[in-house]
Amino acid sequence: MIEFFGWHMPVEYKGIIDEHLAVRRQAGLFDVSHMGEIYVNGPDSLAFLQHLTPNDVSRLAPGQVQYTALTTPQGTFVDDMLVYCLEPEKYLLVVNASNADKDYAWVVQHAPAFKVKTENVSESYSQLALQGPLAEQILQPLTAVPLAGMKSFTFARGKVVREEALVSRTGYTGEDGFEIYTQSLNPGVIWDAILEQGKPLGVQPIGLGARDTLRLEAKLMLYGNDIDDKTTMIEADLKWVIKFKKGDFLGRDVLVRQVEQGTSRKIAGFEVTGRGIARPHYPVFVNGQKVSQVCSGTFAPFLKKSIGLAYLPSAAIGVGTTIEIGIRENKVPAKVIPTPFYKRAEAPAKG
Amino acid sequence: MYPHDFRYTKDHEWVKTTGEEALVGITDYAQNHLGDVVFVEVPVVGTKLAARQLIGNIESVKAVSEVYSPLTGEVVAVNEGLNNSPELVNQDPHGKGWIVRLKVAAKAEVEGLMNSVEYEKYLEGLDK
Repeated sequence: MIEFFGWHMPVEYKGIIDEHLAVRRQAGLFDVSHMGEIYVNGPDSLAFLQHLTPNDVSRLAPGQVQYTALTTPQGTFVDDMLVYCLEPEKYLLVVNASNADKDYAWVVQHAPAFKVKTENVSESYSQLALQGPLAEQILQPLTAVPLAGMKSFTFARGKVVREEALVSRTGYTGEDGFEIYTQSLNPGVIWDAILEQGKPLGVQPIGLGARDTLRLEAKLMLYGNDIDDKTTMIEADLKWVIKFKKGDFLGRDVLVRQVEQGTSRKIAGFEVTGRGIARPHYPVFVNGQKVSQVCSGTFAPFLKKSIGLAYLPSAAIGVGTTIEIGIRENKVPAKVIPTPFYKRAEAPAKG
Repeated sequence: MYPHDFRYTKDHEWVKTTGEEALVGITDYAQNHLGDVVFVEVPVVGTKLAARQLIGNIESVKAVSEVYSPLTGEVVAVNEGLNNSPELVNQDPHGKGWIVRLKVAAKAEVEGLMNSVEYEKYLEGLDK
């Protein structure tokens, strides 16, 4: 168990590699109750969220979710997050544990000009994630919420076991799966029921260690490692999240300029071709010169090699570019490769 | 649990002496805390090591851990099997997961290491 931003959490149960492979092949259950949740309600809630985020919130009908960010006026990240449209004029923001208080303060700070009510409900929400090809098969018997037709990035509300919950087809692993949010005072019954139901199918509880290796294989960002308030959305290769046509939002001008003029650096995925594991903060060299540090890096259990993300000079981000990672006293060869590093076989249709 | 004929260091290396030579590895306690081992750095045969000098690093998915030589001596063999099967360190840390074999310079040094009873007591103190 370790301390993770004020939460006591397991790094692993059986072992990182075992858990990682279980999610890719069967299913894994994560206790992600540490994540933050914020309500934004009121007649101006759409306009307010359009102002604070780069994606187009008006595309969300009730029951739909989108990946987005809270941006600064410099086009950098306060946080990345999901926005759920619960009802017209009622939204739920799901944010990183490490930033929950900061994000809420940011939202509150920008709210006065809008007719909205905001509430930090992180304390009252528990969240479980069931991820893997067998997730639907395991979860369906435990919930009246119909999962078969549920498209990815949509959600529905209903009972899971005996508890009221919100079930979304979202996740942080690159696999099919569900995230289950509940304000129940007894969320452990859901955890126990899923492990019991899924036992014959090979479900396992999953810790933070495998959570990180899974999300990195799928090239999902981790705030603090890959993105922060010094990296812009364009540098972070998240241009696809931005819907410039939707209108103004914090940081839009900077991001427009960066699309037009380019940026001096950009995040790139690499694999280590020599012997060694790239880890966060290890130096990265291009043509012998140190250019940056590894943002995220690990041994990828499914791909069986060391992979990582780092910001490289824009001239060096082409696939195949050779770079070096400083691993202790050695400069170990690596090369830029396409991302995501892993993509599952077929993905359910997006909602 | 810990072999009676081994000696142990505070950094969780074990030593098994046979005549002039000693086999060196890391203990079950160490491999359990490391997690899944994916790389083992070993020195070149012929390397001379002082007691407490760094032998190499063991990389697990989540961490890097240093391995120190329990004794002064010269590396006469390294476990090549760990190149393709680093998980041997997890599966059989006191046997097939051995790391180097040393030609021991000063056998008296072995007496300064913990025996299995002392090591087990040492471990109990750690987990409190």
